[in-house]
Amino acid sequence: MDTFLQQLINGLTAGSVYAVVALGYTMVYGIIQLINFAHGEVVMIGAMVAFTVINALAPSGLPPLAVVLIGTGCAVPVCMLVGYSMERLAYRPLRGAPRLAPLITAIGVSIILQHLALMIWSRNIMAFPQIIESRTYFIAGAAITTVQIAILGICVLLMGALALLVYRTPLGTAMRATAQNPQVAGLMGIDVNRVIAATFVIGAALGAVAGVLFGTYYGIAQYTMGSVLGLKAFSAAVLGGIGNIPGAMLGGVLLGLVEALGAGYIGDLTDLCQYGWLSGLIDACAGGGHFILFGSNYQDVFAFVVLILVLVIRPSGLLGERVGERA
Amino acid sequence: MQSFFDTRRYPWLVWVGFALIAVSLAVLPFALAQVGTTWVRITNYAILYVLLALGLNIVVGFAGLLDLGYIAFYAVGAYTYALLASPQFDLHLPFWVILPIGAAVAALFGVLLGAPTLKLRGDYLAIVTLGFGEIVRIFLNNLSRPVNITNGPQGITRIDSFKLDGFDFGHYGSLFGLEVSGPIRYYYLLLAVALGIIVVNLRLQNSRVGRAWEAIREDEIAARAMGIDTRNLKLLAFAMGASFGGVAGGMFSAIQGFISPESFVLVESIMVVSMVVLGGMGNIWGVILGALLLSFVPEILRWTVEPLQQALFGRMLVEPEVIRMLLFGLALVLIMLFRPAGLLPSAVRKRELAERAA
Repeated sequence: MDTFLQQLINGLTAGSVYAVVALGYTMVYGIIQLINFAHGEVVMIGAMVAFTVINALAPSGLPPLAVVLIGTGCAVPVCMLVGYSMERLAYRPLRGAPRLAPLITAIGVSIILQHLALMIWSRNIMAFPQIIESRTYFIAGAAITTVQIAILGICVLLMGALALLVYRTPLGTAMRATAQNPQVAGLMGIDVNRVIAATFVIGAALGAVAGVLFGTYYGIAQYTMGSVLGLKAFSAAVLGGIGNIPGAMLGGVLLGLVEALGAGYIGDLTDLCQYGWLSGLIDACAGGGHFILFGSNYQDVFAFVVLILVLVIRPSGLLGERVGERA
Repeated sequence: MQSFFDTRRYPWLVWVGFALIAVSLAVLPFALAQVGTTWVRITNYAILYVLLALGLNIVVGFAGLLDLGYIAFYAVGAYTYALLASPQFDLHLPFWVILPIGAAVAALFGVLLGAPTLKLRGDYLAIVTLGFGEIVRIFLNNLSRPVNITNGPQGITRIDSFKLDGFDFGHYGSLFGLEVSGPIRYYYLLLAVALGIIVVNLRLQNSRVGRAWEAIREDEIAARAMGIDTRNLKLLAFAMGASFGGVAGGMFSAIQGFISPESFVLVESIMVVSMVVLGGMGNIWGVILGALLLSFVPEILRWTVEPLQQALFGRMLVEPEVIRMLLFGLALVLIMLFRPAGLLPSAVRKRELAERAA
């Protein structure tokens, strides 16, 4: 099997989900300069709600697609409500406070959400029921499943819909105006608080769908899934330029690719036995053995390394504009 | 009441106060041991958290750099001790050699983290430090192949306890005719280290360096204009905070006798941040209060919530661990909403948070 093409497909699939989650971070950051730390937990709650519904409906004999759709349909409003409440209760009272205050609050909210989920769903890993018969297609030696195709398609659709919303509707115009300058937007008759709440709600809805997709792709959901997924999506948003919507999409896909290709090749690249002068020094290399310094179990490191590199080299990200420091 | 406790009229009252605190701290472990040795252990862990919170307070409270990966330094210190005093490499160096090494290695990691992130703004820095903490943990988890260094997720076992000239802190024995168990011995050691670190912190706060940190925290550009070497001082804050974490980690390793990457997860970092924030960033007494509160309250809950639920519902509905974490989360949110400067705010921080910038 062709490793490169295979990892490309896997990376694109995971990356498109990262991109949808990253949109939630970037929209909120763009509008109120807050890193909504709890967004990953919203995604987790979406996946958990959907999995509960899907598991309950799976034996009912409804068509699998309908089951998944109903599950997603339940997850989206729940997440929208969570998104709205956290904005209303935790972040709105702190608007205008020093930067660290809302960030610390966001950490608190994420701990609360995660442990509420633990209370509701326990520590057990929820499995996706075997209802979808995934077919596998082969392209030039690489496998792609129907689930992967569906995930890619849905993510492209979601991103297209969001782009339309932001660039073609009155609400989108209001959002962009608020992002540029909340005071002036308010003077122009925009209800800034409503626009900000709407941003949270839209981000949460996207997150819910992303949670379902992510859970479906890996077949499992657990109360801890939100934090790492959230961090990766945040890294993706930073990579693309935080606050920039096309940037988040690009960043997500790129991060997925880096991760998949990195995990696919790091083992080969760091196998010291392939470097002639070194292999003589290592006993394990004798007789075609391997001495792999870093294996694919380091996959999760890539997102953080990318994040740190971007912030150090180009903090404004790939597509972001250099913005002045706002105290 | 007022006149009786007027220390200006009766300066010797201060010394009486000190004596009372000293005596109660000295007697405390024996009193706790009456309730159960578990409580001595819990107190020991609480003191470890005090050490961690004081270390983080240098970075977050004094210099204003939010570090969400602080537990990484604790991990570095703990693993340094574990590797140099356990059967893992069959090294058994004495603790007074390893602890400084651990502090130095942790400080090195602090500089490694600090150097590339100097220019980052507060919230970006928080995320990068968080990523750094995760990277350290992933490495600890995976550095068992191809050469077994950390023993991966299984962790390192049979770590030596502290020994000083034949006196083993981990063992039961008698001291001045009193029966003293291992945790009680460690209690005194921890208390001594904690007092030392408190003194260092207090001296640091009003020193030239401490004032420079405060200036950086308030306004970095103005601080630089005043001739403060912001780069080196920020690195110093990272290094010092990290070295405290390293010392605490080494002690944790020895007391526990066993460590694994499980002990150094993100939640632990957030816990230490909660302690600093709850108590009052930048105020040493506040931070100590925060650390003690967030160490003891959940433990007390653990002992009360479980029987209470058994009595009320006949079974466990909510695990104490979950309640503990919900408390942390709520503490963070509520403190930021209603008392952003913490329970015992530092004077400067109070002023700063009172004037809400637009």
